[in-house]
Formats: sequence, C-alpha cells, structure tokens
Amino acid sequence: MEYTILILLLPFLSFLLLGIAGKWFSHRAAGLIGTCCLAVVTILSYMTAYDFFTMPRTAEGVIEAMPPVVNFTWLPFFAEGLKFEMGILLDPISVMMLIVISTVSFMVHIYSFGYMHGERGFQRYYAFLSLFTMSMLGLVVATNIFQMYLFWELVGVSSYLLIGFYYTSPAAIAASKKAFIVTRFADMFFLIGILIYGYYCGTFSFDFAGEARGFAAGGFMLPTALLLMFIGGAGKSAMFPLHIWLPDAMEGPTPVSALIHAATMVVAGVFQIARLFPLWIQYAPDTLHIVAWVGAFTAFYAASVACVQSDIKRVLAFSTISQIAFMMVALGVCTEITTGHEHPGSLGYMASMFHLFTHAMFKALLFLGAGCIIHAVHSNEMSAMGGLRKYMPITHITFLIACLAISGIPPFSGFFSKDEILTACFAYSPAMGWIMTAIAGMTAFYMFRLYYGIFWGTENKQLHAEHTPHEAPLTMTVPLMVLALITIFCGWALNFGSYVSADGRDYQIHLDWSVAGTSIVVAIVAIALATFIYARDKQPVADKLASQFSSLHKWAYHRFYMDEVYQFITHRIIFAHISKPIAWFDRHVVDGFFNFLAWGTNALGFEIRGLQSGSVQKYAFVFLLGALLLLFIMII
Amino acid sequence: MIHLEYILIISAIMMFAGVYGFLTRKSTLAILLSIELMLNSTDINFAAFNRMLYPDGHEGYFFALFSIAISAAESAIAIAIMINIYRMLKDISVGKLEKMKW
Amino acid sequence: MNSHNIMFIVLAVFIALSSFMTVLTKSIIRAATYLLFVLLGTAGLYFLMGYTFLGSVQVMVYAGGIVVLYVFSILLTSGAKDVVNNRTKKKVFFAALLSLVGFATVLVVLLKHGFKAAVLSAPEEGGITIDSVGRFMLSSGQNGYLLPFEAVSVLLLACIVAGLLIARKR
Repeated sequence: MEYTILILLLPFLSFLLLGIAGKWFSHRAAGLIGTCCLAVVTILSYMTAYDFFTMPRTAEGVIEAMPPVVNFTWLPFFAEGLKFEMGILLDPISVMMLIVISTVSFMVHIYSFGYMHGERGFQRYYAFLSLFTMSMLGLVVATNIFQMYLFWELVGVSSYLLIGFYYTSPAAIAASKKAFIVTRFADMFFLIGILIYGYYCGTFSFDFAGEARGFAAGGFMLPTALLLMFIGGAGKSAMFPLHIWLPDAMEGPTPVSALIHAATMVVAGVFQIARLFPLWIQYAPDTLHIVAWVGAFTAFYAASVACVQSDIKRVLAFSTISQIAFMMVALGVCTEITTGHEHPGSLGYMASMFHLFTHAMFKALLFLGAGCIIHAVHSNEMSAMGGLRKYMPITHITFLIACLAISGIPPFSGFFSKDEILTACFAYSPAMGWIMTAIAGMTAFYMFRLYYGIFWGTENKQLHAEHTPHEAPLTMTVPLMVLALITIFCGWALNFGSYVSADGRDYQIHLDWSVAGTSIVVAIVAIALATFIYARDKQPVADKLASQFSSLHKWAYHRFYMDEVYQFITHRIIFAHISKPIAWFDRHVVDGFFNFLAWGTNALGFEIRGLQSGSVQKYAFVFLLGALLLLFIMII
Repeated sequence: MIHLEYILIISAIMMFAGVYGFLTRKSTLAILLSIELMLNSTDINFAAFNRMLYPDGHEGYFFALFSIAISAAESAIAIAIMINIYRMLKDISVGKLEKMKW
Repeated sequence: MNSHNIMFIVLAVFIALSSFMTVLTKSIIRAATYLLFVLLGTAGLYFLMGYTFLGSVQVMVYAGGIVVLYVFSILLTSGAKDVVNNRTKKKVFFAALLSLVGFATVLVVLLKHGFKAAVLSAPEEGGITIDSVGRFMLSSGQNGYLLPFEAVSVLLLACIVAGLLIARKR
C-alpha cells in the first residue's frame, strides 16, 4: 500500500503551491486546489482503511499492524541500535485516525469556502490548512516516537499560524502566542521523555513486540519517561493545568477551531497514549491511573466552567476539554490487556478510541454550526442570539443532533462511546464511574443551556432588526448535514470494536444496561433541568441561582481564575524573582564585561592615536631610529 | 692608493646628508631631493663593490643601472603628485599633508 | 700620488661639500643645483672606476633629466622664493644627532669589517663596454638581464601613464 505516501505528499504540495504562489491565484482557484487535494486524500484514506481492514486476520483473529509500508533511515545516530527513521505505520488506530482527520479536514475545507468568503489572506488560509492536515496525518502514521515528535511540533506551528490568522487583531496574536508557548512548554517534557526513553530502551520504534528486551532494560526509568511524555500530551490535549491555551485559541477562524481545537490536534495527546498503550499497560500501570485522575479532574473542572460561559465558542472549547478528558480517563482506567468480554480491563482503550472518533464528528459539527451562527449574527455572545431556530432551520436541526449526541442520548453516536467509557470506569472503581456519570450529566446540562440560549429564549430584536439572521450558504450547510448523518449512524451502524481494540481481536460492543440506563436517566434529567431553566423567554431560575451563589458563579465565569494564577506565577514569581535577576546579570555582568572590553579598546585607541600624526618626517625618524637600534643589536 | 673604504665613506656621507635633509626639510620637493641623494649613494656602493671586490662580475653595475632607471620613474611620479597637491592646496610643505592620515 | 689619486681626492671633497650644501642651503633652487653637482661628482667617480657607460647614463638621466625636472617643478610650484626656513631647533638637533650617530655606526662597521686589501687600480682596456652592456641586457641566459630590462620597460610605461593621469587638469 505504497500509495499511502500520497496522503502525506498531496497536502504538503498543496501547502507549498499555495504558500509560495498563492497570491497569483484567485480565491476560488486557491480554495479549489486545497479542497481537491483534500478530496483525493480523503478517498485515499478510505481506500487505505478498506484495504487494511479487509486483510486476513491472524489465526487468533487479531488485526496485526502492517510492517511500515514506507520506511527509510533518516538519521543514524549510532552504527547499531538507535536510529531515526521516517515511515508510514498502518495499524488500527492510525488508520482510524486517517479517516477522522481526512473526513473532518475535508468538511472544513468545503465549509471554509463559505465561511472565509472574501476574507483577506484566503490563499494563506488554505495553505495553512494544508500544512496542518499534512502534519496531523504525519503524526498519526509515525513509525517511531521521534517522527511523531517532529510532526507534533509541526502541528503546533500550524496551529499557531491558524490561531493567529487574523494577525491584525491583538487578541488573536496574544492567543496564538499563548497556545504556542504553553504547548511548547509541555513539549519540552515530551522531548525529555523521548530522550530518556531512547537512552534507556535503545529504540524509538513503535514495534513493541520486537524490542521487548530494550523495554525490560528500561526498568524504573520507563514509567518516568512515559509520564513525561504524558505531560507533553496533556499540553496538546489541554489537560488541567495546561488547558489555558485552548479557550483563547477560539480567536482563530471558526472552521479552524472545528478542525484543530475540537477534532484533531487536541486528541494528539490521547492518540499518543493510545500509541504507547502496550508500554503503559505492561510497565507502568500505576502511572497510567495518574492519567485517569488528571483526566477526571479536568473533565469536572471544564464541565463546571462550561456551565456559565456566555461566549458560545468558549462553551464549546470547555466542552472539548471535558470530552478529551473523558478519553484520557478511559485510557487511564485500563488495568491489563484482556481478551474476554467478562473482565473489561482493557475496554477503556477501545472506548477511548471510539469516543475520539465520534467526538471528532459531533464536535466538528457543533463548531461548524457555531460558525454558521456567528456568520449570521456577527457575534460570539449568547446575548446577541436567541430564537434563531426560525431563521436557520438546517443549522438548528444539525446542532440539536450534535447536542443530543454529546449528551449521550441514544441512538446518536455519543451515547455508545460514552457508555463504553462509563462501563470501563465502573469496572475500574465505582467511585470513578459515578464521578464520570455525573460529569456526563453536566455535559448534557451545559450543552442544552447553550442550545436553548442560541435557538430559543428571548430574541435580541434590536440586533436582529438591524441585521436579519439568515441561513448559511450551501457550502456551509452541506458539511453540517454530512457530519450530522455520520453522528446519527456511526454509533449503531458501525461495529467499531471489531476494528479497534486493545488486543486487536474482534470485540463486540454490547450495552451494559445497568450503566447505560443510569447514564440515559442522568442525561435526560440534566436536559430537563436545562429546559426548565433556560428554554423560556425569561430565565428567573438561572438569574436567581446566579445571584444566590454569586461568588461561585463569578469564580466559574472567570474559569476559577486559572489564567490569573498563571499570570501570578509567571509574572510575579518567575519573571520578578528569577528572570529579572538573570536578566540583570546578563545585562550588567556578561554584557558589561564585553562592553568594558570594547570601551577599553576604544579608550586605548584614543590614547595612542596621537602617534599617528600624519607627519611623514616623524615616521621616518622613528623608522631610522628602529633601524639603527637593530644595527646596534646586530654588531654588538 | 684608493681603498674601497674611502669610496664607501663618501657614499655614507652622502647617505646621512640625505637623512638629515629628509628629517629637517619642510618643502616636499626638498625632501625628494634628499631622497635622490640617498639613492645615489647606494648606486655608488653597488658600483664600488662590483669594481673592487668582484671585478669579473657585473651584477653591481647592472643594479646601479636599473636603480637609476627606477629612481627616474619614482621622481617623475613624485613630481606629478606634488604638482597635483600644489594645484589643490597652493602649498607643498609637508605640514599641510598631515590630513592624509585620515 | 698619481693623477688618479689626486682626481679621487678632488672628487671626494667636491661630493662631500656639495652633499652638505644640498641639505643645508636655505633656497630650494640652490639645493637642486648642489644636488646636480653631487650627481656630476658621482658620475666622475664612475669614470674613475672605468665604468664609462654608467657614468654617462648618470650624467644623462640624473643630471640631464631628473634634476632639470626638479628645477622645473620647483619653479612651477613655488619659484625661487620658496625659502626653506622655520626649522625648529629641536627638530634640527635630533635630526643631526640621528644622522651623526648613524654615520658613526656605519663608519665603525666599515672600518671594522676589513675588506680584503682592495685598491682601485687604473681602469684597463676591455672592461665593460657599451657593446657588452647591450649583450648582457638582451640575453636571457646565465648572465642575462632581459627579464629586469623588460620589467623596467613596463615600469616606465606605467610611470608615463600614471604621470599623465595624476598631473592632468581635472
């Protein structure tokens, strides 16, 4: 399946073409180039998936990872052992990710035609989109951790470029810098982890079975390395406390938020843990549970903040953080690789990947829907919306479908994946199960608060009179409908477990009704509560609650002052007490030394420049004197 | 009885007269005259060494010959420069030429 | 005391006195004249040594060419009125001191070296003639001077060009 190399090359070529020669293309041509490339990539991805999953299984019914279809050694560090390879690895999760990325990216490309219509820098936008898609695809097919890191950083850069797309707006610049710095900071740990891993295990490869000797030699350093890598993944996946960049990243264009900050890039951390899952489960199961608890806390934190935000994209951002935390939890609660259905010690792996898949679809749908709404009312604030269902029927219906899916209402896709996660949590510990069920309820609550705030409630008549909201053009609604269809069907029509599972065997998803029933009840109660509070024109209950718990509301609204804490730590402590003395040292001692050298040379020059009188007779005199002295020395 | 030393002493007198002139004169043309003196003294030395120490050879002879040609070239250029300077500054004393150090 | 020696003494005194006067006289045009005397005296020395061609070249190029050039340029730039004065006492003292010390040093070196009793004999016939000079100049073998000859010719050409370039009116 050598054609998979085209999946990486085509977006890259499109990036080069649009990036270098973009300004000579019309908007239409540039968009078509990018979109056509992506269309081909999407087709190729589906072909890859078909070819891969129809390959014969082994005798035990295991889908094996293919040996890397493309592979070459880029940097041989040492003659034997450690080397840096580049290649394409196809296994169930990378093929699954190929489908997710290419589908969402393709939808976003089409959608952007309408959304970015007439924007300045349209060609640049498509160039960056191509670059991002290439990097993300390269990340998932990486054959080794170093290649993954390389594309990981490329993803970070293209994310930075896309967040800062509106580079004339100070908020966008600040947001792009924040995203880049925070994720870079986390990536530093990732890199340290990679180096420890490479040093102790003697390999970067993902071929875990073949390198088993090295991992045993890794010993106690292996959990440390994995934990450091998780910090890198937490930075990309916006886990608490490294989540602060994601809400601000909403300054970028909305399709970008859909592609990067909902569906693909932010799941890189989850994907990284899934990729290294055999190592985690075999050598560091205790450390893996740290991941679970970090995820659980993040899920709760983000859900509680999402309940009170008024900017619709921020609500979605916090909802994304919360949902990704769900995936983290699902991975974290795994205890061992099991084959049977009775003891679901590794059910979480499948659940996490399943949720990643469904979440990418419905969260992209939510973001694109939010984009349509913002396009229509020219504002992110919920106060500018309300009662939009009459104006935008398609957006309304698709948004509702996505809300139901994320809330976990059958038969939409979110229900199935979330149910698997909850089952895995209950299997790990009942406490974890109940916590996650409660958070799932909160999810349903804030999503329907958002839904009612946008489509029901009081219409902002004054604003709508000035500018009547209208349904988005076809280029924007078609992707919505496609994604909505996927959201409706992929839960029950697609037997996800038979393709992706921890041991590679066919896993039949079956609903545990004690868990599923509970979660449905919780979700319905939460939706009913949201309906009770927010569906009407006036919202006396919400206002009353807000005033009753005003301090709590204020804290949540300001995201529990996490940004301020960061500001305090960085500015007051690190900048003031560490950076400033270092800067002083640099400026006064290090620079001072060299300035002194320069000053000394200068002063010496001023002192001795009198010797350079320009009088030829003086020169001759000194010259003859010297000649005479030499003569004396010679004759004596 | 004309010893080699006698001729060399004469050329040394000429040489150091030239040095003295070079160091004390103010006009650049006078300095050039002093240089001619020095050059001439070396020519005498070449010829004298050749004639008295190596009568069969002729290297010193030709050195003196070429030296005369070269000093002719040198003074031609020097005088051209001096005339140019005179055009610009209306003065050719060395004190005025100190600006060339910049 | 033959005529040879007498001639040498006369020339030596003449050259020494003229050298002093060249650097000591106040008028620059007189300095040029004294230089002319020095050069003629030098030509006399060459004749005494039997280097007749060298002596005539000295007279023609130096005395006839260069000194005339100097006189012209002196007259062009400042004329005879250029009086070489305002030498500071200190400058003169140090210059004289340096010259005397240098002269003394050279003298000591010369006398201590003890050249092998070389005495200037009367020039014999068939020394270096114009004919042999021409042959040496244009031969390129062991005793040939073709290369320096050509080099000097290029130098003089460059000199003509440079002289024109520098001295032309802008």
